[in-house]
Amino acid sequence: MTNASTEKASGATGGLTLEARQVSVRFEGLTAVDTVDETLHPGEILGLIGPNGAGKTTLVNAMTGFQMPADGQVLLGDKVASGLKPHWFRRHGVARTFQAGRLFRDMPVSENIEIAAVSMGLSRRKAHAHAMELLEWLGLADRAETPAGVLPYTDERRVGIARALAVRPDFVLLDEPAAGMSDLECDEMMRVVSEIPGKFGCGVLLIEHNMRVIMGVCERIHVLDSGRTISRGTPDEVQKDPAVIKAYLGHD
Amino acid sequence: MRDLLNNKNFRWALAAVIVVVGIIVAVTDPVRFQILITSLSEGSFYALAALGIGLLFGVLRLVNFAYGDWVMLGGYALIVPSAAVTSTLLIGSFFPALVVICIVGFTIIIALLSEATVFRPLRNTTPPTMMIASFALGYVLQNLIIMIYGGRPKSAGIFPELLQSIDLAEGVSVPLLKIVTIGVTAILLILLTLFLHRTSVGVQMRAAAEDFRMARMLGVRANLVIAMAFVISGSLASFVSLLYVSQLGIMTFRMGTPIIVFAFIATVIGGMGSLVGSVVGGMVVGVSSVVLKNILPDSIRGFSDAFVFAIVIAILLARPQGLVPAKSASERV
Repeated sequence: MTNASTEKASGATGGLTLEARQVSVRFEGLTAVDTVDETLHPGEILGLIGPNGAGKTTLVNAMTGFQMPADGQVLLGDKVASGLKPHWFRRHGVARTFQAGRLFRDMPVSENIEIAAVSMGLSRRKAHAHAMELLEWLGLADRAETPAGVLPYTDERRVGIARALAVRPDFVLLDEPAAGMSDLECDEMMRVVSEIPGKFGCGVLLIEHNMRVIMGVCERIHVLDSGRTISRGTPDEVQKDPAVIKAYLGHD
Repeated sequence: MRDLLNNKNFRWALAAVIVVVGIIVAVTDPVRFQILITSLSEGSFYALAALGIGLLFGVLRLVNFAYGDWVMLGGYALIVPSAAVTSTLLIGSFFPALVVICIVGFTIIIALLSEATVFRPLRNTTPPTMMIASFALGYVLQNLIIMIYGGRPKSAGIFPELLQSIDLAEGVSVPLLKIVTIGVTAILLILLTLFLHRTSVGVQMRAAAEDFRMARMLGVRANLVIAMAFVISGSLASFVSLLYVSQLGIMTFRMGTPIIVFAFIATVIGGMGSLVGSVVGGMVVGVSSVVLKNILPDSIRGFSDAFVFAIVIAILLARPQGLVPAKSASERV
């Protein structure tokens, strides 16, 4: 808790960043991420896009302790964090979601969120109130007592976002939150994602295939192809970049 | 019919009907009423033992065969460590509340020491490795007792007042211990349920039992949750120990073996990793064992355990996943 609150304090000053510096990840000769640089700042929404197999999830894995980079470093503030475990990242304000919701299926929706809060040091009562606030915001308050295992796939991912946002992390990395959602659900997801920086003061990294979602909520975009950075800039700049057009058309 | 049996609500309703009919049939006759109390007491005993195993399996995927030997150590702690033929009560001679506190404390220490020395270093190995290690730990503990106390059975008469019979109704007279066993189990079950649902560590423990890696990623403290699982498992072992010694008044270094065998079977037929399953499994094993001992013809009564195991096999053939399986265990495949 002391760690979490100190990080919290430094996050509030706006100085803390989550940085990938020259990060490479290799799997038995295959280079999944190739010397990528990126810095996530508090309060911004950064889109991470690219064709299938571009290394987006692998980069997020490296930036959250799930994957040890073969080269380069991951820094939280000025602390070198590559090589540390996922729970170190979570305790120090770096949270993420998964493509598959990975909820605790036997437990009610609210407890799925409370878990994250109590293990960060909140009391049971405060954790419950906190979870209910998050569910209210997501429009899932009426599902609080439903066992997570019976939720529709799309709700599962929304609960995953609430769980990641428990105890206000400094950074949250969302892995395809809108996949498989209808247009209406996508609109709702865009509202949710775009409200995160203002409501929680954290920086958001968003992996998403749905271009309408990406272009609608991101201030800047980083494009990967075969593990390399091929473009970065505002949505307009990236959309007009010939390298991006080639990567997408070339692969599809 | 199959559809109906697959319906969860129908199964619970069926179980409730069987239990209610059983109780009505039992209370109409003094002898049957006596059998009911005895079988519930036996069922409670195995439910407690099975919970101690089921809890550690749930959190750690550890099948802890040394559990029976924690029960055994809890018993031996009652008497003065010596190889003398006649044993002298040590902790067992304190007044009852203090006896309970000391034995609970003692077994918790044994459980935590087992964790620190054997299971923690093996935490990242496979479940079979941990299970074999638990066998080894069990034998070490048994031989430790032989070294200190000798191999002879030891007597330890504690709580003699529990063996007095009390009259529940006209012609129904059971030892007080049976009622105490049922009561202690009920209280411990309620306390455990409250702990798991109302406390912060309890919620973390349930999450860890469902998906340990995910729980860790969310910041659940693995050491805290695991230590707490050992504390609870150890204290359950101490109650099993006290109830066992109060009943039989005698201990051997092998006394843990039959307890662990029946308790382990109970967790398997209940559904590995499911705490409700452990309790249900313990009840099935205990109740069927007592009922069979009473209804089988004299000529085959001595083989009642064989019939208990036949029931176990029948249950496993019909429901290999156990009676009340943990959802996470079946769905994670």
